[in-house]
Amino acid sequence: MDFLAIFNSSISFILAPTTIAYALATLGLAVHFGFGGLLNMGMAGFMALGAYGYAIGVLTFGLPWYFAAFVGIGASVVFALILGIPTLRLRGDYLAIVTIAAAEIVRLLLLSSAFGGITGSADGLSGFNGPGGTITNPTVGAGGFNESNPIPPGDYGFVPFLDNERTWYLRIVGIIILTLAIFLVWRLVNSPWGRVIKGIREDEDAVRSLGKNVFAYKMQALIIGGVLGALGGLMLAFSTNVNSSVYVTSLTFFLWTALLLGGAATVFGPLAGSIIFWVLQAFLGLLFPALADAGLMPFTTIQAAQIKYIIVGFALVLLVVYRPQGLFGNKKELTFVK
Amino acid sequence: MRRNASRLASAVGAFVLAFGVLGLASPAQADVVNPEMPFKISGNVQNKGEPIAGVTINLTGGGGYAATVMTDAEGKFTAGVPEKEADYSVSVDEATLPDGIAVIDNPATEFVEANVQTVTVGPGGRATMNFFIGQGERQVTGMFDQVVQRLISGLNFGLMLALASVGLSLIYGTTGISNFAHAELVTFGAIATLGLVAVMGEGMLWLAIPLAIVLSAGFGWGLDAALWAPLRRRGMGLVQLMIVSIGLSLGIRYTYQFFIGGVTENLPGSGAERFNLFGSVSLSIIDIVSMGVSVLLIIAFAWWLSASKIGKATRAISDNPSLAASSGIDVDGVVRIVWIIGSALAGFSGILWAYFRPGIRWDMGGQILLLIFAATTLGGLGTAYGALVGSLIVGILVEGSSLFIPSDLKYVGALVVLIGILLFRPQGILGRKERVG
Repeated sequence: MDFLAIFNSSISFILAPTTIAYALATLGLAVHFGFGGLLNMGMAGFMALGAYGYAIGVLTFGLPWYFAAFVGIGASVVFALILGIPTLRLRGDYLAIVTIAAAEIVRLLLLSSAFGGITGSADGLSGFNGPGGTITNPTVGAGGFNESNPIPPGDYGFVPFLDNERTWYLRIVGIIILTLAIFLVWRLVNSPWGRVIKGIREDEDAVRSLGKNVFAYKMQALIIGGVLGALGGLMLAFSTNVNSSVYVTSLTFFLWTALLLGGAATVFGPLAGSIIFWVLQAFLGLLFPALADAGLMPFTTIQAAQIKYIIVGFALVLLVVYRPQGLFGNKKELTFVK
Repeated sequence: MRRNASRLASAVGAFVLAFGVLGLASPAQADVVNPEMPFKISGNVQNKGEPIAGVTINLTGGGGYAATVMTDAEGKFTAGVPEKEADYSVSVDEATLPDGIAVIDNPATEFVEANVQTVTVGPGGRATMNFFIGQGERQVTGMFDQVVQRLISGLNFGLMLALASVGLSLIYGTTGISNFAHAELVTFGAIATLGLVAVMGEGMLWLAIPLAIVLSAGFGWGLDAALWAPLRRRGMGLVQLMIVSIGLSLGIRYTYQFFIGGVTENLPGSGAERFNLFGSVSLSIIDIVSMGVSVLLIIAFAWWLSASKIGKATRAISDNPSLAASSGIDVDGVVRIVWIIGSALAGFSGILWAYFRPGIRWDMGGQILLLIFAATTLGGLGTAYGALVGSLIVGILVEGSSLFIPSDLKYVGALVVLIGILLFRPQGILGRKERVG
């Protein structure tokens, strides 16, 4: 068993492109739930739309990558409108059921062979980042995302952050997007708009009696969080192929775990929660199989790989029961309104 | 230096793969030809849902393209093709099919010439061509027969859903929990039966099923005693309870996977012979028994709810918990009984679901969780009879919709109805308006 390798691989998940993607989506959930009190259980659907919108924009419509990215973001805005108009007037747990159902509808439509020509069905889509990625698609020539990389080929950094130019480019793009998003959310929640949306979370009727259009504010929060989710999906699509089997309900639940871990009603909590969650996931996912291989655990390697998910589930229960404000949250700003 | 990069890449790959396992359709290894070509056509060859291995598939296309590929153990094939936005002809070599099997029309498509099909590789560069094969001669099924068959199977599915939904609805009514872990109670019944059959032998199935239901009831009681009752006493908010149930659902679900792995197991008798009622409408003995027992159980349950003392207390708590408590009803005791009965019904529905799917998987409950929610919401959250009505509608809708839309989209119809009902009548068919806050 190579502890150093396990440790290095886990540490490399700090600000890996996938971690940044999940942090963006978790930040979106913080806007929805932490600040707006909206129980969005369909974040995977927003991410899927961001990723597929971009991939389909490149492959089917032949758009340059930066325009295609806006297709994904636009799709998530439309999705938020479709979801929000019927449900934002309803009680919170209805929104939870509707969003989870809507995200499943999105996934099933992307998975269906009826639209296989556009969505790639069960195989998903690949090659939309242009040459230089894992799989090349000759019809996506110049102008792909990979082509826009100004970093000369080669490996940079130090272990465990020793990566090639593509990974570094992804990481830099991701950090820029994430920094902008965190700054935006920080300014928003400390603005008059943020005070209204937090007021809606605490007591909708009180805010309504002040003459605020509660529905419009909730819809704005749903769209902003949804766009952040789509940006997360976009980051995933920049780094790898898109496949509908990634955007399952469990992904939403993992994002929720990361959110509640960091603190739902905080700006940096989603980032901290995501980093802790995905580094730990990677660490446990490597540690347990290695222990099983070494004969230190009485399971098969495959069984050992499942343990981390069991831990996630029960950790979520304990977190909600014993520390609902999260690691960095303020107990006074508890977001579980009865 | 490169080794470290590739190690990271493989770690990321394993991570993506781990998520892939969570999905319903993780693409399996197929027999592949021309993998170096940029686009591909893939598909399945199945006989009544069973994959057929070793079938030769011929592909031809423009520019003199021709390829031959053989299906793997899972009936899958993949062939690389040189052009996208082009048509390819895909044909099954019927000589390589097992004896007595011929290609029939896939009802989801309009193709007539079934064993030679044309597929268009779209702008995504991928296309799927599935061959669904039936035994013996071509079966021509009339529209009427198809409708009847779908209605029966929808009724069967709906009754099964009803057993799970009335429990969910009662739990929601008495405690306010949107219990996402209900799916795991459904799976528990099936896995408990599987375990008991493994211990006692296949001949003891008649005993294993009631025992599994008793175990399910015990599981529900245990969850209530260990988790839900203490949380109730803490006065925890509904949103927190819902997220607790999500965490519990994940934890239990992956515990199942830990023990039974990612494979599909079958209960004895799941491949029972089907016999014809009339025309091409056929049923298996298990369908009939399952529907009969479901109806009996639902009648017994309805009697319990409407006539027995505890049933009346349950409805009183659903209406107004504090009034019920102040009129001397032991709310905690009734809620415990609701958990026990709800879990027992969910466990039995899991056994039926194992026969209906067919097969037992660690996430089988999760596959119908949203349909159960759709059924309870449609009928009216918290109303047990509403859940029954809602389940029958959802069951028939899901099965019936596959007459008109591709069968891999059949759950979408029910989920769209779920959203639609919240738009126009959020209190559901039998619910009262005040339930919506």
